[in-house]
Amino acid sequence: MTWLRLLLITVVLRPWARLMTGADVIGREHLPLTGPAIIAANHNSHVDTLLLLTLFPARTLARVRPAAAADYFLSNPAISWVSRNLIGIVPVDRSAVGSGVDVLAPARAALENGDILIIFPEGTRGEAGEDMAPLKSGVARLAEACPRAPVTPVWIQGAGRVLPKGAHIPVPMTCAVLVGEPIHWTGDRASFMAALKQALEALHAQAPPLKWCETD
Amino acid sequence: MTKLADTLQLIGASPLAWGCAVVAAFLIAGSAAALILPRTSAGPDFADLGKRMISWWVIIGLTAGSLVGGWQGTSVLFAIVSFLALREFLSLAPARREDRLIILLAYLTIPISYLFVIINIYMFYLVFIPVYVFLALPFLMACIGQTRGFLASSATIHWGLVTCVYNIGFIPLLMRVPRWDAPQAGAVGLVFLLLVATEANDVFQYVVGKLIGRRKIAPKVSPGKTWEGFLGGCVLTTALIILIGPDFTPLRGVGLWVVALSLPPVGFAGDVTFSAIKRDIGVKDTSHFIPGHGGVLDRLDSLTFTAPLYFHLLAYYALATY
Repeated sequence: MTWLRLLLITVVLRPWARLMTGADVIGREHLPLTGPAIIAANHNSHVDTLLLLTLFPARTLARVRPAAAADYFLSNPAISWVSRNLIGIVPVDRSAVGSGVDVLAPARAALENGDILIIFPEGTRGEAGEDMAPLKSGVARLAEACPRAPVTPVWIQGAGRVLPKGAHIPVPMTCAVLVGEPIHWTGDRASFMAALKQALEALHAQAPPLKWCETD
Repeated sequence: MTKLADTLQLIGASPLAWGCAVVAAFLIAGSAAALILPRTSAGPDFADLGKRMISWWVIIGLTAGSLVGGWQGTSVLFAIVSFLALREFLSLAPARREDRLIILLAYLTIPISYLFVIINIYMFYLVFIPVYVFLALPFLMACIGQTRGFLASSATIHWGLVTCVYNIGFIPLLMRVPRWDAPQAGAVGLVFLLLVATEANDVFQYVVGKLIGRRKIAPKVSPGKTWEGFLGGCVLTTALIILIGPDFTPLRGVGLWVVALSLPPVGFAGDVTFSAIKRDIGVKDTSHFIPGHGGVLDRLDSLTFTAPLYFHLLAYYALATY
C-alpha cells in the first residue's frame, strides 16, 4: 500500500491542498526530513493533517505518520482502512485514557522505528480564530521516551475556515503554515510543555490575521 | 517618432518580436544586477532581488506563453490568476462564519464570467458581476438569515469580485479583438501594451521614488510613496505609451494621449487603494505565493484598476469590436 499512499499524496493531495489552501509555508527549512521526530501542531480541521502530509518531500513521506484518535478514525471499516493505509495514522485510543492501558504505546513504537510523528497536542479540533486549547501532556511523555527526537512546532493558520469542525464542504481559503525551530526534551514535563506552548504562541503571533466578523 | 521600431521593422521584425526582445533584455539586465548588487557595499538592500527576478522570469514566461495560446490560453491563465487573487482577498477580509457557502459561490462567478468570454457575448459579461451577482449574493445571504454585519459582508465580497474577477477579465476580452480591428500587432499587441505600461509604471514610480523621493504623498496609507516618485513615474510611463503605443495598438492622436495620461495615475490609485485595504487588515503582503513579491494581489493591484480603463478607452477611441 506504500506506493498507493505515496501516489495519492503527491498526485492528488498536493494539487488539492494548493487549490484549497495555497499552502503558504513559512520556515520550511525547519521541517525534519529524517526520523525519529515529532511535529506538534495546532488543530482546527481535518485539513490540518492532509496539509501537513503535502509539505514533505516524497522520499520522506513513507516515514511521516499522523497520530489520530482511534475512537474516531477506526470507527467504521471504510474510514479505518483509509486512515491506516492511505493516511498512515498511528492510533491513539482516547477512550482508554486513565484506564491503565498504555495509549501511547503505538506512537512510541513509531518513534522507535524512526518515524516522523505528527501530533496535535490540543487533543481535538478547536475553532478557527480562537485561542489554542490547553495542551495535553502526551507529547511530553513521547519526547521523554524518545529524547533524541526533536519536536518541531507548527502553526497552521486558516485551515479551520477551509473545513471547520462539523462542516462537510471545503471552501478554498489561503492558509499559512508556520514552521518553528525544533525544541528538545528539557528534562521535565512542566518546562517542556511551557516551551512548546511558548513556541506555538510565538508562531501564532507571526501568522497573518484571521478574521471572523463578530456575529454573536 | 519610433526610429528604433522602424529600423527593426526594416530588418523584418514585428513590433511584438522587438517588444519581447526589449522585455527579455530588461529581465537579463535585472538578473545580472541581482547577481552583482548583493556583493557590493549596498548588498543587504538587494538581498531578495534574486528571488524577485526569478519570480519575474516565471510571471513573464507564463504570460508570454498564454498570449501565444491566443484568447483561450489567456483566459485559462487569467481565470487562475483571478481565483488566486480572490482567494487571497476573501481569506484576508473579515468573513462571517455563515458566509462560507456564499464564498464558494463567489468563486463560481469565475467560470461563469469566462463562459461569456468563450461564447464571446460582451454584453452578458458586462452586466453579470456588477448587476446580477451584485443582487443575487446578498439575496442568498439574506436567505441564510444572519443579519448582523450583513451590509459590510456583502460589500466586502462584491469588492473582491469586481477587482479580482470582473476587472481582470477585461484582459481576455481584449484578446477577442480580431486582427482587422488591431492590425498593428493584433489582440496580443493590445494586451502587451497594457501589461508593459502597468508594470513599468509600478517600477518607474518605485525607482524614481527611491532615487529622488522626499515628500510623502500618502503618509497614512502608503508611507513609502512620494510625490517625486508619483510624478516621475507618470512622466516616464506617459512617454513610454506615446512612444510605443502606435506600434502595438490602433491608438492615435487624442485617444493615445488620453490613455498615456490617464493610465499612470490610475495604476498608482490601484496600488494605494490596495495598500489601504492591507493596512486595514493588518498585513504587509497578501500572501507569500510569489517569492520576493508577496501575494498575487500585491502584483495585481494596479492592473485591477488599469485594465478596465484601458479597455474602455480603447473601445471608445480605436476599436470597432466593442
